[in-house]
Amino acid sequence: MTPEQDHWLVRPASIRKLWAGFIVVLALTVLADLFVEHHPHFGIDGTFGFGAWYGFISCVAMVFFSKGLGLLLKRRDDYYE
Amino acid sequence: MSDIVIPPGLVLIVGAFALPFVSLRLRNVLLLGLPLVALALVWMVPDGEALRLSWFGYELTPVRGDALARVFGTVFALMVFGGGLYSLNQPRTLELTSAYAYAGSALGVVFAGDLLSVFVFWELMALASTMVIWSAGREAWGPGIRYAIIHLLGGVILMAGVAGQIWTTGDIGFHAMATDGWPRWLILAGFLINAGAPPLQAWLPDAYPAASWSGMVFLSAFTTKTAVYVLMRGFPGAEILLWVGLFMACYGIVFAILENDMRRILAYSIINQVGFMVTGIGIGTELALNGAAAHAFAHIIYKALLLMSAGSVLYMTGKSKCTDLGGLFRTMPVTTVCGTIGALAISAFPLTSGFVSKSMINSAAGEEHLAVVWFVLAAATAGVFLHAGIKFPWFVFFQKDSGMRPPDPPANMRWAMYLLSAICIGLGVFPQPLYAILPYPVDYEPYTGSHVVQQLQLLLFSGLAFFLLLNALKRTRTITLDVDWLWRGLAPGPAVRLARWVSAWRAVALERLGGSLTFVVGSLRRHHGPEGIVGGTWPTGVMAFWTTVLLAGLLVVYYI
Repeated sequence: MTPEQDHWLVRPASIRKLWAGFIVVLALTVLADLFVEHHPHFGIDGTFGFGAWYGFISCVAMVFFSKGLGLLLKRRDDYYE
Repeated sequence: MSDIVIPPGLVLIVGAFALPFVSLRLRNVLLLGLPLVALALVWMVPDGEALRLSWFGYELTPVRGDALARVFGTVFALMVFGGGLYSLNQPRTLELTSAYAYAGSALGVVFAGDLLSVFVFWELMALASTMVIWSAGREAWGPGIRYAIIHLLGGVILMAGVAGQIWTTGDIGFHAMATDGWPRWLILAGFLINAGAPPLQAWLPDAYPAASWSGMVFLSAFTTKTAVYVLMRGFPGAEILLWVGLFMACYGIVFAILENDMRRILAYSIINQVGFMVTGIGIGTELALNGAAAHAFAHIIYKALLLMSAGSVLYMTGKSKCTDLGGLFRTMPVTTVCGTIGALAISAFPLTSGFVSKSMINSAAGEEHLAVVWFVLAAATAGVFLHAGIKFPWFVFFQKDSGMRPPDPPANMRWAMYLLSAICIGLGVFPQPLYAILPYPVDYEPYTGSHVVQQLQLLLFSGLAFFLLLNALKRTRTITLDVDWLWRGLAPGPAVRLARWVSAWRAVALERLGGSLTFVVGSLRRHHGPEGIVGGTWPTGVMAFWTTVLLAGLLVVYYI
């Protein structure tokens, strides 16, 4: 079965469209910051697009921290057997 | 209204032991009926001390009602109903008996008004939940015994604290305590072990995924959330809980990112979610405590939904590792959609139950100007979407095509998922009924433009990070060492060597002892052995003769 015959959700063309739609939604949520009034408690949490850049950076940091920890602590899954 | 108070948990515990003795049809009626009766009884418990009991000079209060107990009692009863519906096709009645006794004991803790009653139900929970794990079969023996040891250890620590508390203060009541003096610290430690707090947190991802497809649904609900309840009751505002909670929230994310087994991913995410609640308890303001209680309520439902979805996959495919799964959305649409609703709810997407509860805790941190707490919670909120919200549905239902084409699970399992999905979305759209039963009056609006926009940004950009880093997140057939390595990896080696050493010395010692014993044994054998004078058989005539002599002697003595 070629990807074109499989479920529409996994066809490369659909995936490209999903990415395009996702990027539009991402842009809209950032632009929405222009229209809502934030009540920052700490200052920096009121900067433009705070949720976007803070969420992105913290996730990237968590993934790389996990990968680093994994180098030390990962074992084959039959380790205890 | 009658004055008779029936402990809500008792109905489940007594009913649980009837399950093995009734027909399958009646078993299923009881499975659905008992939790509804328990729910009604939860709401019939009057405020204040409802039942008192004298026991060895102690005035016990096995049932005490108030708003906090009712929130947890309500969600526990709802959860048992959902879990019972999901498990109607579970052939092992032992598991269901254990699960219902376990849930009943959890209700017992929630309504207990004194520390001794708390302890009794606490231990019953440990025993019954161990039986839930063992019901899964031979493979579950090891994880079950490790689970039991940790929880019995926690029970001993709790008991020492309770005894110390009664000894030093004479106060047996269960109410808010200060973190001063060793008895209170021991009680706190006992509670935290059940919450999945460091340093013993590894019991949770070790034991829960060893349970059956239905067993883990029950396990996810009661032990950790009962611990959240007792922490709220006993230690609201204790500062140490802030840091313990933040550690748990981050720990769960990091280990879930590295994990391959879908149910272990969800187990780590329980610790992450309980971390949010524990942090809320540490903040200790009314908004934060309301948030922690609301989050426990919402969490029990969406976590059970996630585990029902994972359990359905395990039930239909027999597989649990992300590396073996994928592409199941084609033939398991109900499981995919319900699992995704659970994933959105745990991620606190607007219009789901997680959003209306978790945002209270985050807002409370902001209002108290706890900068570190607020920023870590915000990062952890994004991280929840990363490790559970996308990771679970993506690797199980989408990603590569595993080639498996299993259908959705049987009707009762689907209906249980529909029910919990409806609660997740219902509470998200219309949170007022939940807010109305929280322990403190609620003056909080979750749906402000600022909250919604910032939350969507956090979550969607976390999603962006997930898909951009997909290569780094690719699953491998690995596990991650945790503190349980100390008792699973490190300790067994020396323990085995010690056992060999002891048995070698025992052999030597026995040999030497044997030399001196041979003489004693030999002489005993001469007299009492088969050939010995004392050991031989005597004819009945001899016996009759001596009896006559004795009786005659007695007669003589009598006349003298």
